[in-house]
Amino acid sequence: MSTTDDDVLLRVENLVKYFPVKSSKFFQQREYVHAVDGVSLEVKHGETFGIVGETGSGKSTLGRSVARLYDITSGKITFDGRDISRISQRQMRPLRREIQMIFQDPMGSLNPRRRVGSIIGDPFAIHGLASGAERKKRVQELMERVGLNPEHFNRFPAEFSGGQRQRIGVARALAFQPKLIICDEPVSALDVSIQAQVINLLADLQSEFGLTYLFIAHDLSVVRHVSNNVAVMYLGKLTEVAPADDLFTRARHPYTGALLSAVPLPDPDQSDGRQQIILVGDVPSPIAPPSGCRFHPRCPKAAPACVSDEPVLEPRLGDGPLHTAACHFPMAIGENLADFHPSIGEEQRVVEGAGLLAGGPAQANATQAEGSKQ
Amino acid sequence: MSMTPPDIEGDDARFAGNLTTIEPEKQPAAARIIRGRSPWQLAFERLRKDRTAKIAAGTIAVIILLALFAPVIAAALGHGPNQQFVDTGENAFGDPVGPNPTFWLGTDSSGRDLLIRTLYGARVSLVVGVLATLISVAMGVLFGLVAGYLGGIWDAIIARLVDVVLSIPFLIIAISIAYISHPGFWLVVFVVGVLSFTYPARIVRGQVISVKEKEFVEAARALGAGPIRIMFIDILPNIIATVIVYGSLLIPLAIVSEASLSFLGVGIPPPTADWGQMISDASNYYQYGYWWYLLFPSLALLITTLAFNILGDSVRDALDPRGAGIYE
Amino acid sequence: MIRFLIRRIAQAILVLWLSSVAVFLLFFVGPGPTQVARTFAGRLATAARIAQIKHELHLDEPLPVQYGHWLWNLLQGNLGYDYYNGQSVDSVVGQAIPATVSLVIGAAILWLLYGVITGIVSAVRPRTFLDRGFTTSALFFYSVPTFVLGLSLIWLLAYKLSPVTQFFPFHGYEAITANPGKWFEFLILPWLTLALVQAASYTRLTRTSMLEVLNEDYVRTARSKGMSERRVILVHALRSALTPIVTLFGLDVGTLLGGAIITEKLFGITGLGWTIVNAINIQDLPVIMGIAVLAAVFVVVANLIVDITYAFLDPRVRLS
Repeated sequence: MSTTDDDVLLRVENLVKYFPVKSSKFFQQREYVHAVDGVSLEVKHGETFGIVGETGSGKSTLGRSVARLYDITSGKITFDGRDISRISQRQMRPLRREIQMIFQDPMGSLNPRRRVGSIIGDPFAIHGLASGAERKKRVQELMERVGLNPEHFNRFPAEFSGGQRQRIGVARALAFQPKLIICDEPVSALDVSIQAQVINLLADLQSEFGLTYLFIAHDLSVVRHVSNNVAVMYLGKLTEVAPADDLFTRARHPYTGALLSAVPLPDPDQSDGRQQIILVGDVPSPIAPPSGCRFHPRCPKAAPACVSDEPVLEPRLGDGPLHTAACHFPMAIGENLADFHPSIGEEQRVVEGAGLLAGGPAQANATQAEGSKQ
Repeated sequence: MSMTPPDIEGDDARFAGNLTTIEPEKQPAAARIIRGRSPWQLAFERLRKDRTAKIAAGTIAVIILLALFAPVIAAALGHGPNQQFVDTGENAFGDPVGPNPTFWLGTDSSGRDLLIRTLYGARVSLVVGVLATLISVAMGVLFGLVAGYLGGIWDAIIARLVDVVLSIPFLIIAISIAYISHPGFWLVVFVVGVLSFTYPARIVRGQVISVKEKEFVEAARALGAGPIRIMFIDILPNIIATVIVYGSLLIPLAIVSEASLSFLGVGIPPPTADWGQMISDASNYYQYGYWWYLLFPSLALLITTLAFNILGDSVRDALDPRGAGIYE
Repeated sequence: MIRFLIRRIAQAILVLWLSSVAVFLLFFVGPGPTQVARTFAGRLATAARIAQIKHELHLDEPLPVQYGHWLWNLLQGNLGYDYYNGQSVDSVVGQAIPATVSLVIGAAILWLLYGVITGIVSAVRPRTFLDRGFTTSALFFYSVPTFVLGLSLIWLLAYKLSPVTQFFPFHGYEAITANPGKWFEFLILPWLTLALVQAASYTRLTRTSMLEVLNEDYVRTARSKGMSERRVILVHALRSALTPIVTLFGLDVGTLLGGAIITEKLFGITGLGWTIVNAINIQDLPVIMGIAVLAAVFVVVANLIVDITYAFLDPRVRLS
């Protein structure tokens, strides 16, 4: 690694977050949702680090865990050189000026009964940094900066459009010029044309204020556009991490390949010529994830090794240190996933069950692959 | 099937629960402009069309006016509420005198003008009813917020507190307190108010639990807001309207509670005109034919309570036309 | 299930204990030890007697100790000693309970039957004349204060119509063991009063509950299967609609067993409510405290029974 520690704003090491499931059986062992199961990453000052994944991959939990909205189960989070993994909420409070969040649902994340000026002014009120006329002035400055009319200070969120509401959220997060902004699917709920506006706004703000973003989304094309580095998440684990362009041109992990093949291409000729990889089955349950490589039940390249050994996230096929993948049989450049078929039968896949025994070799159980959908 | 009205009435099929809706809404004309209305506006519209609700509201308005102007009426007639008219107001045995041109509703056992005393009684009932309800609602909001948002041990403690308050009958506590310290206006208000906090507390708690999962609460936490700020600035505005509606259902209960206490002799002490106390006194006389002394305060109490209940029912039905209510 | 039972019973015990503390604080602590002793001793007690009682009742000892003594007695079933009447509180209570039970259970049967039946009829024929009639009368009786209704009934039936109903007594009580006929006569008006007021809530609740259930999909399914309407209503819909009603009924009966004060006082039914009101009038502390605790026991036990029954019927409750 050629990065110095000064450069790294956020370092996450083996972050684990489990949620207990209320068991319907009395004397059964407690079950957990393995939302985030050992994630490590580094985010440097001023960069945009994208995290992509489907629903249930744990990306939102990852974001909220980093923001310490949850207590984490295990692992380490280092922010600006400080270990924030286990500090109390009270100790976290001053740090909240430096780590902010933008949420997905523009209507849900704003209190419908409060005026917009009051909502944006919350950071100032909470941390006692400005009040009265001073606060109003700064709120209006923020409104202007994000492209809202400062005269609308006293309106309610319902009086704004979706895109404008998201700008309100941005303004609120921006109040302190935080060091890190965690964007949890900030544009997923917006129309495509509005998405571009909000993304451009975020980019402008980044260059103006030197912000660092952790950008969580499920839309690959959006993530590619904004990120420097991208991580792909599946069932609580990172499957591949790479600089944005590398990920899209030289994906190593079959899951990434499958995701990419589903991204709409603007050029119809290209699009027609491409063969879409359709993954079989649904995402398995995070309560009892598959053994070995979690993706093996759906992977076109699955082999016995994938069932028994969990692959490590490391550079493959001669890639540099910045491009890592967790796969026993990574894709070479030019490989077409459609040409592959798994070399293990359905009965050999362990879709459910190894989760409680946290990885490690498992017998090839006769567990139904398709039938064990949650 | 005679169960539900035919489906063309759509939403109105759900009105089965609202007895006060007289006629079903007409089939909307095809070209009617659709204007989006908030749930509150919709509720208000339903309320406006409700004839019985309007009558009830009107009755309450009249009662309030009469209570307000009681002193004026008393001055006009020249009869004070505590003024005893020994010559004209009592008969030969010193007992009440029936309705006549001087005393429109007759007199009570001490020769006082029953009409004036009944009007003054309204003042007591209304004021105690409203004040006690305010106290209940305030306490209910406080406890409900804490129990609902902080949950855990706080919820458990408050739940046990509610259990204890509910386990000892209200009248026993109230009567005993009145005996320990001397009965008086404020004591009655506080006793009725405090002991009734359980109903609004339960409602608030339920509301808070449903609101606290919303994303804007999470956003507030992400900003570093503490629980107190979140409870009062973020959550409370979202529940206050429902709380007020359900809280207002407490007013008739408070009025009856106060009257019951007075009936048992532990309410507001005489000579203050109070319906419960008047009824209690009248129960010693009515068997001898002095019916007016019992009738008029009873009627006043009944009409007041009825009006508030009807209005409360209608408001609740307007908000939730499926007719599902909370009866706790 | 066992876990739920244990948890729930422990909860009940906790509440009972807290209630006993509350009763103790309310009645024992308020007046102060000398006042309490004087009260216990009766109006004409001498200073020496007061001092003796003070000692007997451990009033010179610290509060928690006093509470301990009282609680210990309670747990052994000894509610205290009534100095005024020279008998144990247990026997006072023992004499009063049958009256209250007669009153409450009798009225309960009446109001449950009437309330539920009228509620069902209203729900099944909404907005008809019957429905409006029942609902309006329910609203009316819901609003009437108990004592107003009681007095009105007495006036109507005992005075106004006296040539016809002269035989209706309206004040007093006779035990069923002594004279069943008289027992019944004394209780008719109180039953009527209590039942009418209570039934109103049940009519309303049953109506609402039934309406909700009748609109549910599974009822529609039963109907579409060709089941007779009566069967649909009585067997399927009623079963689910009954749960809130049963809950309320349990709580009501539990509360009324200790708290039908107004009705008892008005009609001279010498039950627990009547006794405690008189006790409060003369400041007879042991009786007051004994009955107050007993009332709490009724309520908590009723709650417990209702919750456990509910858990048996609806497994989802156990898991929350």
